[in-house]
Amino acid sequence: MVATLRFTLWLAVAVVAAAVLGWLFRAVLTRIAPANAARLLRSAPLSASFGMAVIVFYLLVAILAPTIAPFGEREVVGAQFMPASSEFLLGTDNLGRDMFSRLVFGVRNTVSIAFITTALAFAVGAVLGLLAATVSGWIDQLLSRVVDVLMAIPALIFQLLLLTIVGTSIINMILVIALIDSTRVFRLARAVAMNIVVMDYIEAAKLRGEGLWRLIIREIMPNAAAPLVAEFGLRFCFVFLSISALSFLGLGIQPPTADLGSMVRDNATLITFGEVTPLLPAGAIALLTVAVNFVVDWMLHRASGLKE
Amino acid sequence: MTEAASNKPVLLTIRGLRIEGPPDEKWNEIVKGVDLSLHRGEVLGLIGESGAGKSTLGLAAMGFTRDGCRISGGSIDFDGIDLLTAPEPVRRGLRGKRIAYVAQSAAASFNPAHRLIDQYSEGPVQHGVMSKAEAQRDAMELYRRMRLPNPDEIGFRYPHQVSGGQLQRAMTAMAMACRPDLIIFDEPTTALDVTTQIEVLSAIRDIVAQFDTAAIYITHDLAVVAQMADRIKVLLHGEEVEEADTRTMLSAPREDYTKSLWAVRSFERGAQPALPAADVPVVEMRNIVAAYGPVPVLHDVSFEIHRRRTVAVVGESGSGKSTAARVITGLLPPSSGSVLFEGQPLPADYRQRSKDQLRQAQMIYQMADTALNPKHRIREIIGRPVHFYLGKSGKALTERVRELLHLIELEPDKFIDRLPSELSGGQKQRIGIARALAAEPRFIICDEVTSALDQLVAEGILRLLDRLQTEFDLAYMFITHDLATVKAIADEVVVMKDGRVVEQGPKAEMFAPPHDPYTELLLSSVPEMDPDWLDRLLAERAAGRAGGTVQASER
Repeated sequence: MVATLRFTLWLAVAVVAAAVLGWLFRAVLTRIAPANAARLLRSAPLSASFGMAVIVFYLLVAILAPTIAPFGEREVVGAQFMPASSEFLLGTDNLGRDMFSRLVFGVRNTVSIAFITTALAFAVGAVLGLLAATVSGWIDQLLSRVVDVLMAIPALIFQLLLLTIVGTSIINMILVIALIDSTRVFRLARAVAMNIVVMDYIEAAKLRGEGLWRLIIREIMPNAAAPLVAEFGLRFCFVFLSISALSFLGLGIQPPTADLGSMVRDNATLITFGEVTPLLPAGAIALLTVAVNFVVDWMLHRASGLKE
Repeated sequence: MTEAASNKPVLLTIRGLRIEGPPDEKWNEIVKGVDLSLHRGEVLGLIGESGAGKSTLGLAAMGFTRDGCRISGGSIDFDGIDLLTAPEPVRRGLRGKRIAYVAQSAAASFNPAHRLIDQYSEGPVQHGVMSKAEAQRDAMELYRRMRLPNPDEIGFRYPHQVSGGQLQRAMTAMAMACRPDLIIFDEPTTALDVTTQIEVLSAIRDIVAQFDTAAIYITHDLAVVAQMADRIKVLLHGEEVEEADTRTMLSAPREDYTKSLWAVRSFERGAQPALPAADVPVVEMRNIVAAYGPVPVLHDVSFEIHRRRTVAVVGESGSGKSTAARVITGLLPPSSGSVLFEGQPLPADYRQRSKDQLRQAQMIYQMADTALNPKHRIREIIGRPVHFYLGKSGKALTERVRELLHLIELEPDKFIDRLPSELSGGQKQRIGIARALAAEPRFIICDEVTSALDQLVAEGILRLLDRLQTEFDLAYMFITHDLATVKAIADEVVVMKDGRVVEQGPKAEMFAPPHDPYTELLLSSVPEMDPDWLDRLLAERAAGRAGGTVQASER
């Protein structure tokens, strides 16, 4: 009973703290942003500004990792599984490395790899999707059918399969995940663009004699941007999760490189002793995922033109 | 107000109604203190330009506001029930049962996944007025009264299987299902051709009279409201301008604004000097046959358009007039025949035309909303063709864009950096014109450019096009189904029906008898500002005159 109460209390405190953080962050941003952006930001709900604050925090951690972390990424600094102390803020891991430093570097590695992968998936998927919708005809048929085939195989199985074929390395993992995720982006981009290419302004641009590239980039892309950006956020989360999943299975980021997914696995034994340490990297993944989704929700809301 | 109506009890009273729109930083008022009263069995016409608050007021009569709007003051009393304070279940009980609504676009308002008769029965069954079987029998009866073809069977079709005019009548029948005391018609015929409009108008008028239903008829077309309403109320920017019974209002409007509405159709282009005998037409269509896949759309269509001349291509929807434009622009290569530009044949496909050939023929679209890229600023929309065709950039480009904005009578400093969403309908259409002009063409296709606009705004556009034509020596092909527009701007007229040219010649000849029977039907279908016009026309049609022998091709 008391435990439940305490839990509820902490939950309430966390929600209030998040709201306050969101509010503060928005207040600061609207001060310093240029007029146009400030007006947009003022319309952001608290959840979205909390999300943005968290994302900015992660970015800072990723960029400043060497400065923040008290120890090196691979440095063995103490005994195994030491409890938290003033020297090792979160204790040490299974090999005696500082948990806090590993966490900071893990965020840096996983976030940047996830970002590169998502960006690559989007560059390929969006360009091909828009191209297919604009040109239509046999190019569309060809691309769409290839994508259908790729999508027919369950993503995780396919990733494992491809990684076993090409071998595990960070580059290979990025390419494999990007390839598989780009098929989803292709589908979305094509569907969105299908509704845009029938517009009169596209016809007007075609009749003006505009080239294909300009049609796609200048005329169609800006109008397809909103759902694509929203999808980018969601995809980023999925990629993040699949990198962590692959690492957990031992096929992703290889030790001794710090990575949030494999950190969960390495320290999993601690769970049996009632320690929360292995949950921290998992919590870091969860927090970022939730934050990104808050921002994406807001963008989707804006893109759909809904009010209130 | 007819004598009969004024003696009947009052059904709806609205006092000092204020409605505020979605907050864009702050609330803005859409309806600013309007009074309205309606007797049983009376038809009130609400007219005004778009944004005047007509539809908002019409919906408020059901105690309903659009999402994000709120009623901030006044009272609405429907037959003793205060719609503003009544609890939601009471209001919901009224809607559909005692107050019904007919929307502008029946095609968009019917659920495409259900059959008409099922959608008809929904209301009566929901309100517990009839059982489903009774409702279906009743539907057939009302379909018959609405003069729908095959009334016993048409209800079992899906919305896409009947024509626009039939759909609009089915929707009116549906609104009648519970025999409401009040129906709100929101521009029910605006999306229809003149020829189908007649049928819908007379059907609506008869059924409203038969059941003695009160109605609020919202429209921006004065000639239509003159046929339908007992009384007319004119709105402007959410305020009442004046109100009087129909005949008084038409013959002696008091306010200047009302007079300007009445005078709208006065613009008429003067006769042009005769063409020199050896003049080479700017554009010539020669024996064009075209098809969408296996479906033939144009059969042997030929006409010419000369310098400084406006050729109006007239016909109902599906007559092939827009297809003719697509053939000229090269979007639809014809299966035989050729398009000549200043005597030289143009490649059939626009992709094979040179940049200069593309530049010479420009197009202005019906829906300015979809014709301007919503993410581009005016500077880019107008500037792109200037840069693309004429190679201007930097300062010279900005200068030219400003010049073009001047030409279309928009203040450059105010508009150059706006997005299309920050413009009104008329302003958007002006930007469309400027974009066409930017290419410095010889020939412009205007595809129904005024049909989505209010009459006052439309007249401004027509005058602008007329001025630009003389200034820049342009040839226009003017596609329209509105004969009032033809009268205003055309030099020559081409009448099309089912992909064939039925009649062509100078405007004066077209508007003087004798006519081809189809032209006669079209001409006589244009509503006039005379409250007796519809009665007279129907009587003549019954007697086999005024195009009564031709069937408009219902699709």
